Amino acid sequence: MQAKKRYILVFVSCAFLAYCYFGGYRLKVAPHRPRRAQHESAKDGGVQPYAQLPSFMGYEQRQPLSNESAVATATAATAVSGKRKPPVAGCRMETCFDFTKCYDQFLVYVYPPEPLNSLGAAPPSSPNYQKILTAIQESRYHTSDPAAACLFVLGIDTLDRDSLSEDYVRNVPSRLARLPHWNNGRNHIIFNLYSGTWPDYAEHSLGFDAGEAILAKASMSVLQMRHGFDVSIPLFHKQFPLRAGATGSVQSNNFPANKKYLLAFKGKRYVHGIGSETRNSLFHLHNGRDMVMVTTCKHGKSWRELQDNRCDEDNREYDRYDYGTLLQNSTFCLVPRGRRLGSFRFLEALQAGCIPVLLSNAWVLPFESKIDWKQAAIWADERLLLQVPDIVRSISAERIFALRQQTQVLWERYFGSIEKIVFTTFEIIRERLPDYPVRSSLVWNSAPGALLTLPTFADSSRFMPFLLNAMGVEPRHNYTAVIYVQIGAALGPNAALYKLVRTITKSQFVDRILILWAADRPLPLKKRWPPTYHIPLHVIALGGSSRGAAASPTGQTGPEARPSISQRFLPYEEIQTDAVLSLDEDAILNTDELDFAYTVWRDFPERIVGYPARAHFWDDSKNAWGYTSKWTNYYSIVLTGAAFYHRYYNYLYTNWLSLLLLKTVQQSSNCEDILMNLLVSHVTRKPPIKVTQRKGYKDHETARSPWNDPDHFIQRQSCLNTFAAVFGYMPLIRSNLRMDPMLYRDPVSNLRKKYRQIELVGS
Amino acid sequence: MNKYTSLLGAEQRSKTMYHPKEQILNILTYILLLIVAVCATVLLCDLSSQRDGFFYSKKDSAVLDLSISHTQEVLLRPDTEHRGQNVNCTFWDCLNIYKCEHDTLKVYIYPLQEFVDEKTDKVASTLSSEYFQILEAVHKSRYYTSNPNEACLFLPSLDLLNQDVFDKHLAGPALASLNFWDRGENHLIFNMLPGSAPNYNSILDVNIDNAIVLGGGFDSWTYRPGFDVSIPVWSPLVHQTNLLPIHAAAHRKYLLVSAQLNLLPQNLRTLTDLTAKNTEQILMLGLCDNKDLKSRCTLAKPNQKRLEYPRVLGRGKFCFLGRSLRVGQPDLVEIMSQGCIPVIAIDNYVLPFEDVIDWSLTAVRVRESELHSVMRKLEAISNVKVVEMQKQVQWLYSNYFKDLKTMTITALEILESRIFPLLARSSRQWNVVNKNSHSTFNPLFLTSLAPKSQGFTAVILTYDRVESLFLLIQKLAVVPSLQSILVIWNNQKKMPPHLSTFPTISKPLKIIQTRENKLSNRFYPYPEIETEAILTIDDDIIMLTSDELDFGYEVWREFPDHIVGFPSRIHVWDNATMRWHYESEWTNQISMVLTGAAFHHKYWSHMYTYAMPGDIKHWVDDHMNCEDIAMNFLVANITNNPPIKVTPRKKFKCPECTNTEMLSADLNHMRERSACIDRFSKIYGRMPLRTVEFRADPVLFRDNFPDKLKRYNDIGSL
Repeated sequence: MQAKKRYILVFVSCAFLAYCYFGGYRLKVAPHRPRRAQHESAKDGGVQPYAQLPSFMGYEQRQPLSNESAVATATAATAVSGKRKPPVAGCRMETCFDFTKCYDQFLVYVYPPEPLNSLGAAPPSSPNYQKILTAIQESRYHTSDPAAACLFVLGIDTLDRDSLSEDYVRNVPSRLARLPHWNNGRNHIIFNLYSGTWPDYAEHSLGFDAGEAILAKASMSVLQMRHGFDVSIPLFHKQFPLRAGATGSVQSNNFPANKKYLLAFKGKRYVHGIGSETRNSLFHLHNGRDMVMVTTCKHGKSWRELQDNRCDEDNREYDRYDYGTLLQNSTFCLVPRGRRLGSFRFLEALQAGCIPVLLSNAWVLPFESKIDWKQAAIWADERLLLQVPDIVRSISAERIFALRQQTQVLWERYFGSIEKIVFTTFEIIRERLPDYPVRSSLVWNSAPGALLTLPTFADSSRFMPFLLNAMGVEPRHNYTAVIYVQIGAALGPNAALYKLVRTITKSQFVDRILILWAADRPLPLKKRWPPTYHIPLHVIALGGSSRGAAASPTGQTGPEARPSISQRFLPYEEIQTDAVLSLDEDAILNTDELDFAYTVWRDFPERIVGYPARAHFWDDSKNAWGYTSKWTNYYSIVLTGAAFYHRYYNYLYTNWLSLLLLKTVQQSSNCEDILMNLLVSHVTRKPPIKVTQRKGYKDHETARSPWNDPDHFIQRQSCLNTFAAVFGYMPLIRSNLRMDPMLYRDPVSNLRKKYRQIELVGS
Repeated sequence: MNKYTSLLGAEQRSKTMYHPKEQILNILTYILLLIVAVCATVLLCDLSSQRDGFFYSKKDSAVLDLSISHTQEVLLRPDTEHRGQNVNCTFWDCLNIYKCEHDTLKVYIYPLQEFVDEKTDKVASTLSSEYFQILEAVHKSRYYTSNPNEACLFLPSLDLLNQDVFDKHLAGPALASLNFWDRGENHLIFNMLPGSAPNYNSILDVNIDNAIVLGGGFDSWTYRPGFDVSIPVWSPLVHQTNLLPIHAAAHRKYLLVSAQLNLLPQNLRTLTDLTAKNTEQILMLGLCDNKDLKSRCTLAKPNQKRLEYPRVLGRGKFCFLGRSLRVGQPDLVEIMSQGCIPVIAIDNYVLPFEDVIDWSLTAVRVRESELHSVMRKLEAISNVKVVEMQKQVQWLYSNYFKDLKTMTITALEILESRIFPLLARSSRQWNVVNKNSHSTFNPLFLTSLAPKSQGFTAVILTYDRVESLFLLIQKLAVVPSLQSILVIWNNQKKMPPHLSTFPTISKPLKIIQTRENKLSNRFYPYPEIETEAILTIDDDIIMLTSDELDFGYEVWREFPDHIVGFPSRIHVWDNATMRWHYESEWTNQISMVLTGAAFHHKYWSHMYTYAMPGDIKHWVDDHMNCEDIAMNFLVANITNNPPIKVTPRKKFKCPECTNTEMLSADLNHMRERSACIDRFSKIYGRMPLRTVEFRADPVLFRDNFPDKLKRYNDIGSL
């Protein structure tokens, strides 16, 4: 072999080895690719690769249960009824609740307060628990008859079960044992805000055995909560109002909301012990510019002994910021866990419209089974604390806009007062009853919310005034005219009442006419009524007649009871249309006015749309609400003497309003129209709508009506104040505008105008 | 080595002799060649074995191949100790969130393996067609990753769908043998039929430790809320019927159809009794003699009718689903596939996807103990509600249930929304109620009135009419509720006049020079706008009085989600041309308020700029027309609300006002505007504009009342 050849050979070999060493791995993958491609093309060829595989289920799993398996059946059935689980820990409605008590109505019985003890002292009860009991006792849920009750509420204060707290009630087990209907807690509901105590704050340690009672408890965790049985409620502080309470503090709906801070937190931190890690590490997120995280360890008696080396610095930073200002000026508010999972901060942030950023792992948010918190809060994970800034920065302005609005909707509808929290708890339990219709999540999570949407009225939101635009439907056509006859003046052939009926008959949208006869005079003969042609005319005698009594679910027909004026708002079966035109017998209107008001109502079906307007104002000298019928530049009430509203409000008026309010109306035989206005404004948070009309109507009130009576006027003023007190706030809202027909009083030929009559017979 | 040398030596002897030195070199060369050859063979062998391993075991492989023919065998020892799941698992302590710190959910699928008992050769589980489809769905989805190190969740390829089929003693060890098992952390177990005779637990009897169960048979005791996912039990029968159209509502003769075969005897008895009482309303079906699941027969013995299943479910408005030995039954999917409303009489059954689906819109639940009153309950449901529920069933079915792929992806999406709550859909988005084209979601849903104190920002779009602009600024400046003025200078050829030449006013004034002469500049949500309300106004609208503007703002405060303004227009349908027609006559109706002088919420400007459907925004910019019509369409489409016209009609100086010289140009202009309406309504797929017959006036407008007592008295002059 020649040297040249040899060298080439050696070189080639070396090169080959080098290639194998450095580049050989490429061979490993390269030949694979074509095979895979081939395989996939075979798949596309039509034969599914799984067609040759067996199915996971065959005939055996679905065959009828033979007698042989009936034995197994029996065991399975017993397993279901709770044998498999310890009965209490595994409570479900089916196993721990007696539905038979709730078939007719959902009523709540409150145990009477315990007798004074041997020392003559009243049993301890915190103000908040008193408020809960008051809210129930003054509500329509309440019954004083334990036999009729579906739910039982303890007279024993169970709100604070922290044994170190001053509100802690001792000897609860023995107190419970004394209750006549306790029955191991079946059908009872126990309200609780705090459980456990230092150092472990155990969630389940109530200090007594709640048995089969439903827990309405704050700071519940996923593990302790009996799913579908217990109800998680929010933690509220000692000054929380019984009713109404403060509205949400978001006053403007700016987009984008340029708040000074992006994320804020100001609160205590615990140097060690349960729940301390999260708050102790918050200072990592503090940057003093758009993220403000200030904590203090200066709380408790012995903070000096327990403090760590960050405490001094933290305290200094802590004093630089004000909690209230932070809430108002921050887009997001951090809601970390404290010793317990929930905190006051959650509701405070919600009210302030500061979007809560939850940092409390495993916490079951209040009313989580019904409220979709994804629309109002942001979740962070305690394990991923340092990701929080990235999370909040990544949220779009549109999302923030929607989240902030939703915080206000939820706050106002479910959390604003103790009454709302208690009622929401009851409604959640009520929806579990077999015969009670369930409200959809859309109803629960949009205004006016579940408390004001009575599902017994209709099973579809189609029949309610609130979600029509969201559903893309319009209210159903035509209206029912309801004329309330109270005075019953002598009825000549030209009586105002007959004139009114004739006018309505000419309207193109009327469906039927309903006359509610509440006057003392006898009913006129059928033939005396003007002809209504194809439009049905129903005359219903109220008061002494049996009809009125039967139709009145509020049971105002005691021996001495006179018919309540509220009867004009009963949900009569004859009213089939969505729109109700409520009229007094002496209303002077023409057909154009009716038709025009109806077309306006179709665009605002959730409001009262009508003619005679009144206003309320705050009278500083009397320190009370005033009521005026003078001509003003604004109004807040549209009298139901001539107004359109949705049929649903009749139902709400009769079945939802506090009995206290209905009683006021009954006793004064007055103010029912004011109450209706308060109700509708309470539901919609919007003013009513006045439409134009020829002048003269009721503005100079006629001699025969009680309107001239000065007492009547004073009475209405005092009604307004009573109502505002029961509602807890003044729901009425002012409006500055009036709806006129498009060409109203325009300098064009009257022939071009659609609603000519409104102008022709002017004042 | 000696052997080789001698061999070589023999060879050498037969050939010419070489120089010994050269010989040694030669030998060395040959040795080198030999080494190279050996190396090459070893490498080749190694390669081929690697390749085999690649196809057959796929351990740690870069690519997953779901090919059935290549399944690796794994030997197991059966599990003697019996342990169940960890009942105390919650999302917060059993899921390792640190594995999920990437931006999206990633799922790793184990390669297909066959787990075999060492001694008895029994197989732990055979792969079913359904499980293969689930694996394939994940594999083809955006969630799949082939890299176990970046995976957040792990999906074993072991088929545990039906506990009757797999070996429960082998399944535990099989799972435990998985590479990344780690006590089941972040592992997903798909299971549809848990438990087995005699006690039929509602959770599978396999040691799954901390794994997440995507189960079809949960009751509320075994379901770990926020951790497990409830899925439907798939029915193999549905697959074939998906192609056929479902029965129309008119064919639904029966109120209730019951075709479930494996009902518990006591429920079966109750239903049979009910059927006897309501033969017209209930259709009760049982198994036919040939034991074919694809047909059902009526119970009446002599003239038994054979009906095709599950098609027959389409004959009823409601279909019954009752308790059997297992909680979850495939009948639910069959019922939904036929557009029938399920009536579910299984207490404590955790319905499929219950976390996100609002079943109250779709199903009727009856307590088992009240089964006898089911007819009363069904009869009480109104027809409107029935139609709503039927629509909802069909929508749910086609979105979440229609095949295994859809179901699998839905389940993964639920997991994703837990792990990445920011990506979660709201319950409204999961359950879009009534998907007709008119249903909307109004983004301005806060009901309280807008604050009075804030005032409005006037946005003036101007090109070069400086004189008229200055006049307008002076008029605006005296409106009490005006907060500030923003002049949008849309002329690139000319600089705007210097700020010092502007009229001196007491309110802030800013000028923005645009880069391009576009109409959409009028609706850009400038950060300079600090108020909710924007008054867009043309530079030549100088005829509005201060009272009118002030009142206009007042009206807007009461209707902050509407467009509230002064000049109005109407659209009408022209039957002759079959097109929409734009009109500016003085009529009794309006459907648009022109943005030449109108208030709107700043959010609509944002929507106009960033979320206008189709190419409307570009089209408007290109054609320099119809931006006001586009805004009216946008708001009407989102809210279903009409615009609100304020105060009587005025003579606005506007292009379409009658002017003899410009008549032809006007006609052309009107034609263009009509074309816009046509075009936009096609893009939206509907006509969102709503016609109204009212306008808003001050309460005492034109009332016989002293003017000085009226708050707004300078209103309505021409």
